[in-house]
Amino acid sequence: MNIVVCVKRVPDTETKIKIGGEGTKIDPAGVEFIISPFDEFAVEEAIRIKEKLGKGEITILSLGPADAQTIMRKAYAMGADKGTHLNDATECQDTLAEAQALAAALKGMQFDLLLFGKQAVDYDNGAVGVQVARLLNIPVVSRIIKLDVADGKATVERESDMGKEVVEVKLPAAFTAEKGLNEPRYPKLMDIMKAKKKPLEEKPAQLEAPKLTIVKMDYPPARPPGKIVGQGEESVPALVNLLKNEAKAL
Amino acid sequence: MKFDFTEEQKSMMEVGRDFAEKDILPTQEEDEKAHHFRKETFKKMAELGFFGCVIPEKYGGNETGHLCAALLTEEIARVSASWTLPFNMQMWGPAFTILNYGNEEQKEKYIPALVNGDVIGAFAITEPNSGSDVAGMGTTATETDDGYILNGQKMWISNAQTADMSLVYAYTDKAKKHKGISCFLVDMKNNPGIKTAAIETKLGLFCAPTGEIAFEDAKIPKSALLGQKGDGFKICMWQLNNTRLGCAARGVGIARGCHEHAIKYALERTQFGQPIAEFEMIQDQLALMYVEYEAARLLVLKAAYEKDQGNIGNTLSVSTAKYFAGEAAVNASGLAMKVFGSYGYSSEYPVERFFRDAKSLQTVEGTSNIQKVIIARAILSK
Repeated sequence: MNIVVCVKRVPDTETKIKIGGEGTKIDPAGVEFIISPFDEFAVEEAIRIKEKLGKGEITILSLGPADAQTIMRKAYAMGADKGTHLNDATECQDTLAEAQALAAALKGMQFDLLLFGKQAVDYDNGAVGVQVARLLNIPVVSRIIKLDVADGKATVERESDMGKEVVEVKLPAAFTAEKGLNEPRYPKLMDIMKAKKKPLEEKPAQLEAPKLTIVKMDYPPARPPGKIVGQGEESVPALVNLLKNEAKAL
Repeated sequence: MKFDFTEEQKSMMEVGRDFAEKDILPTQEEDEKAHHFRKETFKKMAELGFFGCVIPEKYGGNETGHLCAALLTEEIARVSASWTLPFNMQMWGPAFTILNYGNEEQKEKYIPALVNGDVIGAFAITEPNSGSDVAGMGTTATETDDGYILNGQKMWISNAQTADMSLVYAYTDKAKKHKGISCFLVDMKNNPGIKTAAIETKLGLFCAPTGEIAFEDAKIPKSALLGQKGDGFKICMWQLNNTRLGCAARGVGIARGCHEHAIKYALERTQFGQPIAEFEMIQDQLALMYVEYEAARLLVLKAAYEKDQGNIGNTLSVSTAKYFAGEAAVNASGLAMKVFGSYGYSSEYPVERFFRDAKSLQTVEGTSNIQKVIIARAILSK
C-alpha cells in the first residue's frame, strides 16, 4: 500500500497573526510554523494503516517556501518514509494553481491512498484536496472520521448535520481528514534524530499565474464590551428580552 | 558562539511541551491531591525516549544529549515539577553513573531497563543524621564470602518505595573516612533485609514518591559493587554533578511556569478599572521574574552544553546553575503569588503548587549553601 500525504506549513495556531506584505499576506516575522493540524491527522492515519498492514510506503508532498521542509521532517519523525518538497517562494494563495502543481507532481507517483487535511488552518479554504482529486480524476471523500482499507477499496465514515455517512470507494482515491479521525502520536526522540536522514527531494513548484489574488486582509472587528443588565432575579426579564431581541440568541 | 537551537532540539521541546500539556496537566491536580505517581505517565515518558538522552543507542538511548534532556526537563517542570524527577531517577542518576563506572554486565543488566522504564530507579545518599556531610553517613556494607551485608537507614529518598533498583552508598571501611565509602547497585525488591516506607509529610512534589529505606542485614551479591571498593565518595560527587543539572533545569521550568501564569493573570485581572499589568509595581515583579528565569536558563544551557562537549566534570558551571536556578524558582513562585493576591495563596491556581515544589530546590542534591561552597572553592583555586 503506497500512501501519499499532502501537508502544508501554517502559522502556529497559538501565534498572534500580524498582517504584512502591503496588507495582503501574513507577516512571517516571529511566527513559528507548524504542520497544519488537520494534515497531522492525515499523516497519523497513513502511519496507522502502514502499521496495520505491516507494509507500504508513506510519501510526504508539500508545496511551500523553503522551511516547509521543517514540517516535512516532523512527519518523517512521526513515521513517514520519504517526501518531495515543491518549492514556492511566492507563497501562492490561489488554491487551483496549488492543486495543479500538486497534481502535476502526483502524476509521476504510484499511490493507492492520497490523504489531505480537510483544510489548512491559515486561509481555511478547504479546497486543495478536492481540487487535486478532480484534476487526477480519482474519487474523493472529504472530512472523514474513519478509514478502513481492504481488498482494493476503502470504507470511510463522515459526519454531516444530517447524521453519519458510510462510504465505500475504489482505490486509488483521495480523502481529507477531519478532527476525530485519530489522535496524532508524539514523535520519539530517536525518530526525530533519524528524520534528517530520510530522503527529501526538492523541486520548484510548477505554478501557473494565479487566477485569484487576495487584495486586502483585515483584522476581525474588536468585540464590543459586555453589558451588565442588573443583579438578582428581578433582572432576568430584561436579560431574556436582550437575548431575544438584541442578541437574537433565543 | 551560536544561540540558535537546532531543528531537532526545537522538535524535542515541542514534544516535551505537548506531552506536559496533554498527558500531565489534565490529571495534575487530581494526582496532586492524591499524592499519586501515575505509572502510565512514567511509561509513556520512557517510550518517547525521555530517559535515553545521554545514553548510547547500544544501551537503548538516543544520544540526543544533556542539552536536549535539560530542555525537556524545563518543558515538563513548566507544568509539573514532580514529573521531572524521573529524569534524575532513571537517567542522570543510575543509568548515566552505571554507564561511566559499571562493568559490561552491569551496564547490560540495568541501563536499557532504566531507559525503557521496565525498571524504576533511585539513588540513596542521605540519612537521618547525614545530609550535606555525605562522609558522615552511617550505613555500612560488610563484606562476606559471597557478597556484602548492608545495615543502616536512608532518608528522603526519591522513589524509595517504588524503585526496583537503587544506587546505594555505604561504608565498606569506616576508618578510611570518605575513601572508605563504596557504591552498590541494589535490587530493591524481594530482599527480606530491605524495608521501605513512604514519607507523606513533605511540603510539595506530591506526584513524585519519597520515602525511607531501612537495611537490616540485607544481603547483596559481590556483583553489586559499582567501580572499586572505596570509589563511593568519588562516584557520589560525580553523580551529583549530573543530577544537579536536572535540578537546575527543573528550577528553570518552575520559574518559567510562574512568570507565564503571572503575565496571563496580570493582563486579565482588573483592579481600579484597569488590568493590574498596568501598575508599575506589578510590572516590576513581572520583569524581575523574567530576568531571573532568562539568566537561570542560560546558565543551565551552558552547563548542559559543556557536558555535551565532553566536559562532564564541570562542577563550577553546574553548581552555579543549580544554585541560581533553584533560587530563581523560589523567587519567581513567591513573586507570582504576590501577583495573584489571594488566589496565589489558594490551591485553586497552580502558583501555590509551584511555590511548594520550588522550595525543595534549595535543599535537594546539595543545598544552596553547599553549591556556594563548591563555587567559592572553585573560584578561589583558579
